[in-house]
Amino acid sequence: MINFIFALHQKIKVIGFMNFSRIKKILRGKKVGIAGCGGLGSNCAVALARTGIGKLVLADFDVVRKSNLNRQYYFTDQIGQKKVFALADNLYFINPSVTIESHHTKLNAKRLLKVFKDCDVVIEAFDDAEMKEMLIETCMEKFPGKPVISGMGMAGFGNNHSIRVEQYGNLYICGDMETEISDNMPPLAPRVGIVAMMQANLAIEILLAIKPAKL
Amino acid sequence: MKITLNNRTETIERDTMTFEELIEYKNFTFKLLVTKLNDKLIKKDERKITFINDGDKVVILHMISGG
Repeated sequence: MINFIFALHQKIKVIGFMNFSRIKKILRGKKVGIAGCGGLGSNCAVALARTGIGKLVLADFDVVRKSNLNRQYYFTDQIGQKKVFALADNLYFINPSVTIESHHTKLNAKRLLKVFKDCDVVIEAFDDAEMKEMLIETCMEKFPGKPVISGMGMAGFGNNHSIRVEQYGNLYICGDMETEISDNMPPLAPRVGIVAMMQANLAIEILLAIKPAKL
Repeated sequence: MKITLNNRTETIERDTMTFEELIEYKNFTFKLLVTKLNDKLIKKDERKITFINDGDKVVILHMISGG
């Protein structure tokens, strides 16, 4: 196990020096699933599109609301639009070479297995704790080889150093692991954005370091 | 017994206990948890009948709203 970690670390260290054309060439062949297109999902998708990911599979059941604009990657003229389509438009303006698959649907275990079947990595970007539980349990049971990157705890402001990554096998958790949203602990652009960027950064690290998960 | 809980070694002053008892013992208070024992998912209804023993690798994760 120690040897394996060492080997993976060495590999990451080597490809950390990779030039951007090579990075884009590898990422072009990769597919990432984004479960939820709110604060985490929309910002994470934008970072992955800018870096040159080949395909993004977006899933969300919601529409853009004015209250989302404090942290989510949408614009005032998109209020009322379905998030998966509004985000697909924004991603196209940023990088038209990314293929986007939009699913306007509320994911359940059955649907997510179908929608994310071929994805190399799944980003868990729901706001609701029950949905997070459903996705993590379903993926751990049915997609044991697939890396899942979850966002857990990012409410409020300040306290940068509390945000971190923990790994449990193929499950990676980004966040402070404790702050839950409430009236006095709203989700705000900076901390939600930090976690979304950590999820994107980790996805890229995984995609550049390992072969796609066997399905 | 000595176990690994969330990647950290912990000494528990008991020889064995159920997963449910460990959750109370370690004071995991959130309603929604994802639990694993030795890399295997333990569903909520299995926690009362699953025993933790010396050397086990345990994961207990709080599910926290926000995103």
